[in-house]
Amino acid sequence: MRTWKLPGFWIPLALVFAWGLIILIMGQDTARETAFTLMMFVAMASSLNILLGYTGYVSFGHIVFFGLGGYFGFFLLSQHDWNLFLAAIAGGALSAVLAGLLGMAVLRLRGAYFALATIGINEAARAFVSNFEPFGGATGLFVNFAAYERYGGAGKALWLTFILLWVATLAVVLVSFLVKHSRFGLGLMAIREDEDAAMVMGVKAPRAKTITFTISAFFPGVIGTLYFFKNGNVEPGDAFQLHMSIESLVMVMLGGQGLVLGPMVGAVTYQGLRGYLLTSPIFKDLHLAVAGVFLLLIILFVPAGAVGWVRGRFPRVRRFLE
Amino acid sequence: MMLQVTGVSKRFGGLQALTDVSFELAEGKIMGLIGPNGAGKTTLFNVVNGVFEPEEGKVIFRGEDITGLPSYEVARRGMARAHQVVRPLHELTVRENVMVGACYGREGLSLSAAAVRADEALSQVGLIERGHMLAGSLNVAQKKRLEMARALAARPYLILLDEVLAGLNPSEIDAILDTIRGIRGQGITILMIEHVMQAVMNVSDRVLVLDYGVLIAEGLPQEVVDNPQVIEAYLGDPEMTARLLGE
Ligand SMILES: Nc1ncnc2c1ncn2[C@@H]1O[C@H](COP(=O)(O)OP(=O)(O)OP(=O)(O)O)[C@@H](O)[C@H]1O
Ligand SMILES: [Mg+2]
Repeated sequence: MRTWKLPGFWIPLALVFAWGLIILIMGQDTARETAFTLMMFVAMASSLNILLGYTGYVSFGHIVFFGLGGYFGFFLLSQHDWNLFLAAIAGGALSAVLAGLLGMAVLRLRGAYFALATIGINEAARAFVSNFEPFGGATGLFVNFAAYERYGGAGKALWLTFILLWVATLAVVLVSFLVKHSRFGLGLMAIREDEDAAMVMGVKAPRAKTITFTISAFFPGVIGTLYFFKNGNVEPGDAFQLHMSIESLVMVMLGGQGLVLGPMVGAVTYQGLRGYLLTSPIFKDLHLAVAGVFLLLIILFVPAGAVGWVRGRFPRVRRFLE
Repeated sequence: MMLQVTGVSKRFGGLQALTDVSFELAEGKIMGLIGPNGAGKTTLFNVVNGVFEPEEGKVIFRGEDITGLPSYEVARRGMARAHQVVRPLHELTVRENVMVGACYGREGLSLSAAAVRADEALSQVGLIERGHMLAGSLNVAQKKRLEMARALAARPYLILLDEVLAGLNPSEIDAILDTIRGIRGQGITILMIEHVMQAVMNVSDRVLVLDYGVLIAEGLPQEVVDNPQVIEAYLGDPEMTARLLGE
């Protein structure tokens, strides 16, 4: 396939690869922690972009897959001694299956109705987990310290978690690109532009949307498991934070939806901004409000996002910014 | 037989848009569909290609009952359509628009084969030099051509053309009429809605006339224009009558 030859294919992958490598070589715990948070958002926003950017369906429920998949993965590794890698895959698989089932129901809804339904799903998931005894109910689950031993102690376990997150992020970026440049992806973009016209041309929209929802939900499940393992515990309040869904949306829109590089740029920019806002005495309690205003401004004035704007402005750099 | 429509009725709330419509379309022919504004022509297309399910009646396409199948299933069986109100995929390029038709149409081509097919279809409708532009940036005449190219790229057995000549100037009309004859030359059967009478009379083998959702005439173009019932239907609409009688 000639997609391998596109510079736009290699640039996002190379960036993430180099980033992880630098952190590994530096070998500092604080640098790793900062990078973990940022990389987690890059992966969350990129996986959301597979649904939002390619099909145009705005989901506020992305964090549900992070929460439920993460809970399940954490449950397996803390209560059933699964190893981290398999538990993360299982967490992702649970999220994917759930998305498949949910998708068949809610993806019939269009536009604002779909978006509203996904907010409902977030609240329902939180209520379910808070009352689900195997997951520890309202108190959640903890990992036994002995669990870290099999990875050679807590320090090494944290590095391993970071490496797995790094690999997962590379995988999201790779999948984003492959979907975008496939026949399947062309069908998704047709749905985004005009779903009825796409169907008249033969695009099986209900199936294509459900598959996309499933792919997009797999990664948050994996990332959730890694994140909760790193924290050593999971509780309902941590797992289903609606504001993280909203922030992921802002990141995708900020960088440019439908572009592989867009959510990466958006996540890094937004996190930088957020870091500044949280330390500034005036904005410290207002960062979500600022995010909302930001979202509004982007939608009104730069609907293509930062990377999209650059692509529109300078056609020559297009092939570097996919 | 390419298409058989039998006893089709379609309601929108209190509005009876189609009443007991039946007709047949033989392979390789061009059938014109005319009628005053709001007669139900576009609705008939929507029922034929699965956008709407009729309350009554059947649609048989190449011997298979396709009534109630979703539009994408109908498309994959070899029926393509150009919309009256153009529906370009704005943020995709003109070539990508046409590739969607090729990838998901009757033959379901791979991406690379679809790119080749798209260029053929774009040449056929005279849009090839615009392939790299965003579809949203085309003018209306070009968007109509894009609709046709997307439909053609699917290599359909039957193509539904909904007023592809509307709003075009005489030289553009002549160009598209040539394209339409070329499509028939490829062996594709055509069902076309048209208000430009001269064009319908020129290219159609047979003509159907809808009025208030009822099929009031079917026959050779000349028979239909001479039919008193058809003239009366158009008399309710002075502008249409002038067009009908003037040409
Ligand atoms: N989706 C819909 N919902 C409700 N009413 C509809 C719908 N589509 C069409 N109609 C109504 O059905 C009738 C037939 O409309 P249709 O578009 O089929 O007419 P037409 O013959 O194509 O007219 P024109 O020549 O203006 O394109 C009209 O009264 C129209 O308002
Ligand atoms: Mg019409």
